[in-house]
Amino acid sequence: MDLTLRGVEFAYPSVPVLKGVSFELNGGEMLAVVGKNGSGKSTLIKCINRILKYRSGNISVQREEVKNMGRREIAGKMAYHPQKTSYNFPVTVFDTVLMGRYPHSDWSGDKEGEQRVWEVLRLLNLEGLALRDYNEISGGQQQKVVIARALAQEAKILLLDEPTSDLDIRYQLEVMEIIRRLVKESGISAIVAIHDLNLASRYCDRIVMLYNGVIFSAGTPREVFTPENIASVYGVDASVREHEGTVHIIPKRPI
Amino acid sequence: MKEDRAEHNSEAVRQYARYKRRKVLVGLFLLAALFAVAVYSVCAGSVRLSIGQIVDALFRHGDRMHEVIIWNIRLPRVLAAIIAGMGLAVAGCVMQCVLRNPLASPFTMGISQGAGFGAAFAIIVLGAGAAQSAGLAAILNNPYAVVLFAFAGSLIGIVTILALAKFARLSAQAMVLAGIAMGTLFSAATMLLQYFAEDIKVASVVFWTFGDMGRAGKTDVLIMFLITVPALVYFMLSRWEYNVLEGGEETAKALGVNTERLRLVGVLLASLITSVSVAFLGIIGFIGLVAPHMVRRIVGGDHRYLIPISAIFGSLLLLGADTISRTIMPPAVLPVGILTSFMGVPLFMYLIWKKRKQY
Repeated sequence: MDLTLRGVEFAYPSVPVLKGVSFELNGGEMLAVVGKNGSGKSTLIKCINRILKYRSGNISVQREEVKNMGRREIAGKMAYHPQKTSYNFPVTVFDTVLMGRYPHSDWSGDKEGEQRVWEVLRLLNLEGLALRDYNEISGGQQQKVVIARALAQEAKILLLDEPTSDLDIRYQLEVMEIIRRLVKESGISAIVAIHDLNLASRYCDRIVMLYNGVIFSAGTPREVFTPENIASVYGVDASVREHEGTVHIIPKRPI
Repeated sequence: MKEDRAEHNSEAVRQYARYKRRKVLVGLFLLAALFAVAVYSVCAGSVRLSIGQIVDALFRHGDRMHEVIIWNIRLPRVLAAIIAGMGLAVAGCVMQCVLRNPLASPFTMGISQGAGFGAAFAIIVLGAGAAQSAGLAAILNNPYAVVLFAFAGSLIGIVTILALAKFARLSAQAMVLAGIAMGTLFSAATMLLQYFAEDIKVASVVFWTFGDMGRAGKTDVLIMFLITVPALVYFMLSRWEYNVLEGGEETAKALGVNTERLRLVGVLLASLITSVSVAFLGIIGFIGLVAPHMVRRIVGGDHRYLIPISAIFGSLLLLGADTISRTIMPPAVLPVGILTSFMGVPLFMYLIWKKRKQY
């Protein structure tokens, strides 16, 4: 078991956000966390890599409690794609991706780091942008660069918070396919917080549906994406169809 | 198609190698310029010396008077400018990074004024280093007490701002405003002390507010060196952390950086090197703001290059300003703080103007 969550609770001062979340994740598995705005998706991801300190429950990575791990140790095991990245100063695309190598660097730097950065840039078709200023490329390109940084980190678990929110439909498919291929080929695992239910259904093995900080439903896309669940969680009347083995959600109207 | 791509890739790799080489060349060029200005600065002055005379004096087989001029006056002055310029520039660079604020610097955040107040307090109220004789020859007897108070003064300001930032969740702009407010408060407090002080102590304090490279003796330069250089070594060792912090607080934490500690140690060391330079040389404005921004424009934001090149550039600016200040109207020596501010304020205005254009 790569990742185990048991009864995780988190509250911002006086506002409870997560109320006893438990699930498990295996190597080679891709899991989507879905739910409406404010349901605790980003908070859950930030608790897993301890950007936020959860109040109770426990989270363990390869049987080791995250609470007892140092920041660098956590970074060696889990890579993170935040919802937003912006810089105060000019930083090139290459240097942004190179940041992902920090957990592998010692005082003298990271010998294989640059090589690895080039490989990732090539994988995501970004090598032509390597010397461009991150602040001057398009929002979609920025998002791919941040994904590249997470991949350069070479972690066992990818934590991706809205990795496709700024991408056009082609890039959405491309990025999700690359992530899925990596997960399946190298046996790593990925947790993706995502709003697009159809992308979640198409690319993820399992779905965790959050509602006000608790797991409303969990299982395969077919089990979770039912018209009843979507109506209860999102307040949307939707029909669900199967096409070529994939569940498709067609939202109709707000209830 | 595949071959095309391989070629394209290696071209990108080559471009990146050129891009890095260019940064190293900029650093080497500035270093050479610093060396040239340092040599000129040792030569220039009311007694003009040739390079031959300097070499003789350095090895102590030249004219006795030349030896005294070089060992006791020019060399300490040049080294003080180099070390202080280096320290202030890197302090500014690190503060801009850890506070995530392009306008942060020892001067705008009130550290310099805090250190100035601490020094004034030590001199006037506690009588540390009572000034002997008057005018330009005012010498502080006990620089160590003054350094300590200067450091304490600089800490009061910065700790207040950091505490406000943490508990009142100040924005970047609000932090600069708070820094300017603290700076003004310290300046007012210094003036208040001066108002009630004896003339001779006032003279001693007034020189703080100008900044003067000529004030540092050999021991002072050694102390500045012993505090500034280890701090610079720490900053260089933390270069990767600073790069990662550029990506934002959450990204840095997720990549394994202890952001709270990095910020705290960075601000404390930046305050320490600022306060020693203020304690020994007085307040030198804007080097800390100007140098890192100019260097960022030339070599970009990668701290592996930004920190050492800012250090060299800060030294070059301060040494250049000091050399101009004492050669422009000989035998008069203008306070260097005036020249650095004349150079710094236009750039500060330009930065504000440029920021406006982004919206």
